[in-house]
Amino acid sequence: MADTIRVELNGKERDVRAGLTVSDLLDTLDLEPGLVVVERNREILARARYDEVVVRDGDRLELVHFVGGGA
Amino acid sequence: MMNPERSEPLVIGGEEFRSRLIVGTGKYADSAVMVEAIRASGAEMVTVAVRRVDLDRSEGILQVLDPSEFFLLANTAGCFTTDEAVRYARLARAAGFNEWIKLEVIGDAETLLPDTQATIEAARVLVGEGFKVMAYTNDDLVTALRLEDAGCVSVMPLASPIGSGLGVVNPYFIREIKRRLSVPVIVDAGVGTASDACITMEQGVDGILMNTALAGADDPVAMARAMRYAVHAGRLAFIAGRMPAREIAVPSSPTGGMLG
Repeated sequence: MADTIRVELNGKERDVRAGLTVSDLLDTLDLEPGLVVVERNREILARARYDEVVVRDGDRLELVHFVGGGA
Repeated sequence: MMNPERSEPLVIGGEEFRSRLIVGTGKYADSAVMVEAIRASGAEMVTVAVRRVDLDRSEGILQVLDPSEFFLLANTAGCFTTDEAVRYARLARAAGFNEWIKLEVIGDAETLLPDTQATIEAARVLVGEGFKVMAYTNDDLVTALRLEDAGCVSVMPLASPIGSGLGVVNPYFIREIKRRLSVPVIVDAGVGTASDACITMEQGVDGILMNTALAGADDPVAMARAMRYAVHAGRLAFIAGRMPAREIAVPSSPTGGMLG
């Protein structure tokens, strides 16, 4: 299992393939990149960087989107 | 007849809206009903919340609501601190639609009343970062003035607590806030039915934001239609200028010319 890393994804630990980019990760999760905002270690990632940013062991990732809401 | 939706646009932060009704997208049992209700309300601006993607069954609001049809106003609902609200606002902006945010910092979980000090702090930070901030607040004039000073494009006092449907509990303070502020005043939260919306607009405010009044009605689409008319009616009545209220009867037919 040397080629997997452990990340925290939306508050839950998850093992993912080492070398995975953010784009790969969203693809794996079947998420549309245009509808999701990614925060990594409390820093928002620009969408243009999803292809180049590689997920690292111990990363804390938050994937958020818009849901119904009023006040 | 004058139609306020056509002749007198609502301008917030340089953006023109024909409708003075802003609606939320929460608490609908059915998303098709939600879209139909929003269309029936005539609202152009709709609020959305920012939440974690549910990785087991991901459905966001944009799967059902076309962002080219409506102006999306993301909120910071559920945030209890300045830092949290700023974080949510930044995430909302990164979604890439606009730099607008409906700022809410809640101070008490039971009443959902705002933490006004934290709201003012968050407003300053976000305005400094280039956000167009519409700030939810209580019906306190001094807080409203501070939020305007902080650079908010709109101040949004509550009519009564979020989701309560109690209507406007303090019309005097709502009028005072409207009288003293230059930015648009949008009453946010507490409107329960059409008469509440009408009375709120009769105070002279620029618009109303509502969610539960529609989502919680037996027939949200019909209530949305009623609210559209009520907002119109209240606006027209305000512009028309009401007669003075008197605690005595004054006949409206001639007192002379009666038969002998």
